[in-house]
Amino acid sequence: MSPDRSASSINNRGRPLDKQAQYNDTVVRQFSIVVVVWGLVGMAVGLFIAAQMIWPQLNMDLPFLSFGRLRPLHTNAVIFAFGGSALFATSYYVVQRTCHVRLAFDKLAAFTFWGWQLIIVLAAITLPLGITQSKEYAELEWPIDLLIAVVWVAYAIVFFGTVMKRRVKHIYVANWFYGAFIITVAILHIFNNLAVPVTLFKSYTIYTGVVDAMMQWWYGHNAVGFFLTAGFLGMMYYFVPKQAGRPVYSYRLSVVHFWSLIAVYMWAGPHHLHYTSLPDWAQTLGMVFSVILLAPSWGGMINGIMTLSGAWHKLRSDPILKFMIVALSFYGMSTFEGPMMSIKTVNALSHYTNWTIGHVHSGALGWVAMMTIGSIYCLLPRLYNRDGMYSTKLIDVHFWTSTIGVVLYAVSMWIAGVTEGLMWRAVNDDGTLTYSFVESLKAIEPYHYLRLLGGLIFFAGMCVMAYNVFKTVTQQKAVPVAVLDPA
Amino acid sequence: MRHDTIERSVNLMMVLIILAVSIGGLVELIPLMYSSEANEPAEGIEVYSPIRLAGRDVYVREGCYNCHSQMVRPFRSETERYGPYTTAGETVYDRPFQFGSKRTGPDLARVGGRYSDAWQRLHLQNPRALVPESTMPTYAWLEDRPVDPELLTAKLETLQFLGDPYTDEQIASAAAEVEGVSEMDALIAYLQGLGTNRRNRR
Repeated sequence: MSPDRSASSINNRGRPLDKQAQYNDTVVRQFSIVVVVWGLVGMAVGLFIAAQMIWPQLNMDLPFLSFGRLRPLHTNAVIFAFGGSALFATSYYVVQRTCHVRLAFDKLAAFTFWGWQLIIVLAAITLPLGITQSKEYAELEWPIDLLIAVVWVAYAIVFFGTVMKRRVKHIYVANWFYGAFIITVAILHIFNNLAVPVTLFKSYTIYTGVVDAMMQWWYGHNAVGFFLTAGFLGMMYYFVPKQAGRPVYSYRLSVVHFWSLIAVYMWAGPHHLHYTSLPDWAQTLGMVFSVILLAPSWGGMINGIMTLSGAWHKLRSDPILKFMIVALSFYGMSTFEGPMMSIKTVNALSHYTNWTIGHVHSGALGWVAMMTIGSIYCLLPRLYNRDGMYSTKLIDVHFWTSTIGVVLYAVSMWIAGVTEGLMWRAVNDDGTLTYSFVESLKAIEPYHYLRLLGGLIFFAGMCVMAYNVFKTVTQQKAVPVAVLDPA
Repeated sequence: MRHDTIERSVNLMMVLIILAVSIGGLVELIPLMYSSEANEPAEGIEVYSPIRLAGRDVYVREGCYNCHSQMVRPFRSETERYGPYTTAGETVYDRPFQFGSKRTGPDLARVGGRYSDAWQRLHLQNPRALVPESTMPTYAWLEDRPVDPELLTAKLETLQFLGDPYTDEQIASAAAEVEGVSEMDALIAYLQGLGTNRRNRR
């Protein structure tokens, strides 16, 4: 039993604790529950658009069900609703536990929850209506962008406010990552979305053409680098040591890879624009820094995996730890694949193909989703005054469905991508093209089925999780937990 | 400075994080914003005519960029398939850019004039009537939606404010130009204008 769960709402003299002596777990519970809900919704939309790739009739001749409008809904739902809620939930939990204080500004924290949910609902309404800026992962129009900026500033105030009133001298490593993620996402969001409104539902960006493209992928790549990497590394630095019952492997490694990761990531954006009309110097910078990025990325993976030193036997009995270790393995795999795909000669083949889709999902499902799932399974019992989840067996079932699902998804898209890349560039002896475009589409059809199957299996696992979470949170009443004194 | 110092001061840590994450963006973005290569129109490139602008905004709204790129890369296999490779000067009036990230369908950077208006209309109404293997959604309903002249005028004024060289006359006559024009007509006009500044297509 971990020490932070042994306390109750009654102090040892039998008097109820005052509010400041208790953790604010209400907002953590709220965000944790919606993680599961938005995960199901976002992945269900993903399944639907994956099916549209096979059966275009599923567009149903309806504007709001067409692929072009639903794909942004899928990406926004899984990144910002599922992933974002997981980051809010865990950062609010971790910052309180590692600073030994209650979260700063209760009302502002509640505002971030309801504000973020409002943003998600507005996204779910406006994107199917075709209200979009068309910049990937920044599709939402300007009024929602303003709302995001306001909620994000509130998030920063709550998070850093809590760090500032900490009762320990040092800021714990997880909070470095969460902090860098919060600051950088604010910068990225503001600059990429600068636009002049025409109406409430339409605006034009202040950038044009190549400059706009560079700005967008400076944002887009770092949405991956900070939202989906730095933030989730923060999660990793708390929940992996917690679940393994071991200290972080190397302090020195965490210092080196933190600063190098955040500094190098910001240069890597142009690899989304290789061989486009972006000037060569920018493409080259993007490629070089993307390759360098392998080192800090693997620093994080090694630090996470090696934290299990002396606790490897726990993998036999603890499916939560299995989730985390497989997540770190996928992180290592994706951050090797990414730099490789950033090499221009490789990119010439992979760009515009399903290989990119496979790469993204091995990161998004393998790393982001599995780290989230592991952390939520670790977190929920602590939030609901229990020793563990309702069923450990079901966590194990979820682990295997997730793993098989990601592997099927990634492998099918790799094969499809390489097939497309090779068919597009194939030429006959006389120099004419060997294949028409539509032949390449026809050739990858079997892999669209395989991808859908992989997604279905992953989704089935999420349904198991939803049942397990429902049983866990409804069986026991949550009680306030007293703030633990620093050691 | 020992790292211990940074770990004890949240303010210092925030400042150093901001410094660390700022350099890359500044180096890659600021020179680009002032480079003539990236900002001056190529020969034959003009602002989108009002009807094409209306069509472009339909293209953006429907998320066509999710499946179609507009960027011919400088490889023989691409110039063979799509036409001359795209240059930066061809995209200077694109707000936002439409390079795309994925080709579920073919590149459209030079699709203008490749097919007839009638082909484009039939294809948008039901892609599988012309290309049986296609997985593209149908867009027949675009026929029933008229282009909003008032909105179009407001858009042109915004673009002029942003510095795109629209003349006052162009803006004044825009509403009349799209009288009775459907979103389908506008989208076809946009597609038929794509990449036509360089006519030496294959």
